[in-house]
Amino acid sequence: MSDTETEIEEQAPEKLPLDAWHRAQGGRMVPFAGYEMPIQYEGIKAEHDWTRSSASLFDVSHMGQLSVSGDNAAQELEKLLPNGIANLGEGKMRYSLLLNDEGGIIDDLIVTNAGPHLALVVNGACKWDDIAHLREHLPDEITLTHYDDFALLALQGPKAAEVLESIIPGVGDLTFMTAGLFKFKDQHVWVSRAGYTGEDGFEISIHEGHVETLANALVADERVKPAGLGARDSLRLEAALPLYGHDLTLETDPVSAGLTFAIAKARRETGGYLGHAATISRLDGGNTHTRIGLALEGRQPAREGALVYSSDEQVGHVTSGGFSPTLGHPIAMAYVQNPYCEMGTDLEIEVRGKRLPAKTVPFPFVPHKYHRKGA
Amino acid sequence: MARYFTEEHEWIEVDGDTAIIGITDYAQEQLGDVVFVEVPDTGAEFAKGAEAAVVESVKAASDVYAPIAGTVLEGNSALEDEPELVNTAPEAEGWFFKLTIADKGELEGLMDAKAYKAFCDEL
Repeated sequence: MSDTETEIEEQAPEKLPLDAWHRAQGGRMVPFAGYEMPIQYEGIKAEHDWTRSSASLFDVSHMGQLSVSGDNAAQELEKLLPNGIANLGEGKMRYSLLLNDEGGIIDDLIVTNAGPHLALVVNGACKWDDIAHLREHLPDEITLTHYDDFALLALQGPKAAEVLESIIPGVGDLTFMTAGLFKFKDQHVWVSRAGYTGEDGFEISIHEGHVETLANALVADERVKPAGLGARDSLRLEAALPLYGHDLTLETDPVSAGLTFAIAKARRETGGYLGHAATISRLDGGNTHTRIGLALEGRQPAREGALVYSSDEQVGHVTSGGFSPTLGHPIAMAYVQNPYCEMGTDLEIEVRGKRLPAKTVPFPFVPHKYHRKGA
Repeated sequence: MARYFTEEHEWIEVDGDTAIIGITDYAQEQLGDVVFVEVPDTGAEFAKGAEAAVVESVKAASDVYAPIAGTVLEGNSALEDEPELVNTAPEAEGWFFKLTIADKGELEGLMDAKAYKAFCDEL
């Protein structure tokens, strides 16, 4: 028996601040994005189900926590991101994309107006390239800071709010995609109501010297269990959230990826950001493929790389796929030629020489449960 | 009857000229929740070490190799409806396939239960 999807790491992985804590909790560590990270504790399905019904603690300290500051920081950042940044209110967060000149996606990220600076959370595997890209394009007077001594925890699930409020009072007043500065045992913590599981939840940035105390306080609550990368991946797949390096790459673009909401309406014509010319031509009908959802019959999953067919014609390829614990059948995200993207289209996915029947279905596969304003 | 184990975490139960093959408790523990198993068709012939079956967990797809050469007598059809048998009874009802052994000499060098346990303890 052999694992056919083992990722090969070129360098010895680094250790997270919570490395020993994960091992003590029974976490099975694997190399990911340059770090040793817990893939699971008691089991992916159990952790997945627990997140959907209670609250799970994920360590996402491999992600890059950056800040951009200085006069006109928002205007300078707008030259690299297709969203509006200058109009982002204090404490508000926005999903965004770093694009190259061809409109290809360098990374996806979250930008927060944190008051004195703009905070960026970028993917762990891309953070060094992102820093190089930002530094290359931002003027010298704009300060770019990498908070590499800060850990990032995500508490996700329907009970996350009541648990976190009991430990960090005030966080319950946040709504989805807002953030603020709070206190945990006299320590400043930066808390945002966001995550990448489709559940209500929070991300908590805390200095690495205090993260173990916070992790212990969270799992001391019987509603909270630690969860690993495995469950995080199956949760974000059900939520139809794209994963950089898989569903998003330099070969993909915001239009094909279905992320046009990240292009500010006011800037669709006027542009002013890197990659605008390529993006506008795709918005004007120049794109041929779209990221869509596929539901499979039976139990056999289709994984990344599997080809999608309509009769004998290859019309797309799978970029993320797996078995959905919540739905009880396999699901996949795929880039498919536009004429075959209509909901309910019958397609086939080839897995090891066998064609599996699949049908296009709307995103998300499992409804989001974000705590929105006014909800 | 004798049971042997491979370094790839298959077990093989030999009874005369036939053998039953599955994956070990250690292997299923490593895989996590099994959601699908593809077993070989009756009559398929395999060389020792050939890819004979596929087991899919929530996490990933893994190959299962033929620990010895032979011809498939039957795949375990129970796994079609209940792939989780691989998790709950990996070394019993969760077997993968039965073979007619081509060359019993190939059993040489496989581990017994005690040697396999020692092998896993080192991992």
